[in-house]
Amino acid sequence: MRVRILVSFKDSVLDPQGQTVKNALHTMGYAAVKDVRQGKVFEIELEGIARKEAEALIPEISRKVLANPIIEKFDWQLLK
Amino acid sequence: MRFGVVQFPGSNCDFDTFHVLKDVMAQDTVMLWHKDHDLQGADCVVLPGGFSYGDYLRSGAIARFSPLMQEVKAFARKGGHVLGICNGFQILLELGLLPGAMLRNKNLKFLCRHVHIRLENDRTPFTRAGRRGQVLRIPIAHFDGNYYAPPRTLAEVERNRRVVFRYCEPDGTLTEDANVNGSLASIAGIVNEGGNVLGLMPHPERASEALLGSEDGRVVFDSLIRSLGARRPRNPVPASREKVGHDR
Repeated sequence: MRVRILVSFKDSVLDPQGQTVKNALHTMGYAAVKDVRQGKVFEIELEGIARKEAEALIPEISRKVLANPIIEKFDWQLLK
Repeated sequence: MRFGVVQFPGSNCDFDTFHVLKDVMAQDTVMLWHKDHDLQGADCVVLPGGFSYGDYLRSGAIARFSPLMQEVKAFARKGGHVLGICNGFQILLELGLLPGAMLRNKNLKFLCRHVHIRLENDRTPFTRAGRRGQVLRIPIAHFDGNYYAPPRTLAEVERNRRVVFRYCEPDGTLTEDANVNGSLASIAGIVNEGGNVLGLMPHPERASEALLGSEDGRVVFDSLIRSLGARRPRNPVPASREKVGHDR
């Protein structure tokens, strides 16, 4: 089972890297770009567990390790 | 009294810190290994600067799970003194011993330079040798030193005078320019609720000898020695043998 986890800053937290990318895109003339938020993607291969267990495991490791809940949020999807 | 300096893979200020405590401050000092469960009777644990575990996930995020850090957590919860410098501060935030988190510096640059910090609270065990309002000149060297805490947490920290150091101009005034990394409220260092855990981004161990251009950092070590020297030996906290994280 393959899962993709996306970790990004909460909306309330300033993301200076995203801002820099946004400014660069504006400089290049992409005026339609309204905002950019940068994040991290983790692709995790799971084996030996049922889908139901995976659905409990993924939020657990995301909260505990992959994201810092004070500044970051996470989202995930099963790939197959 | 005895100081213990924790070594993680990627620590790079461990020997500087050890040298200052042992040779400059003439204290009994031992190195503590991150995979051990033994604080070796240390009265004060120092988490030095560096890039523990490469800082690959987030600064301090993986060091937090090391076996020794579980002992440090128990030690701190019982009132033991813990000093986190730079990466050590980041680890204390990740571990939850101090509130808040670090974001990348506002200008997205690694900052390695001397800064001025104002001592905000001289009633902590880490600052009692100094005085409130005193300005110290101490170097910083970090990428993620932009302190952030949710508004409610920040208000609580301010209300209880837990901000110990703020970035400032040489004359002690707070300005946006002096707040080099963009920290909320110019925060450079905070203590926990009990006052026994301090985290700060500047490196006092790099400013403890005249030869290196500043001795201002000695305030922190002098204070600790004064605070702990008078204390009677503590009962050692028993090591917890529970396996955690990547403990083997």
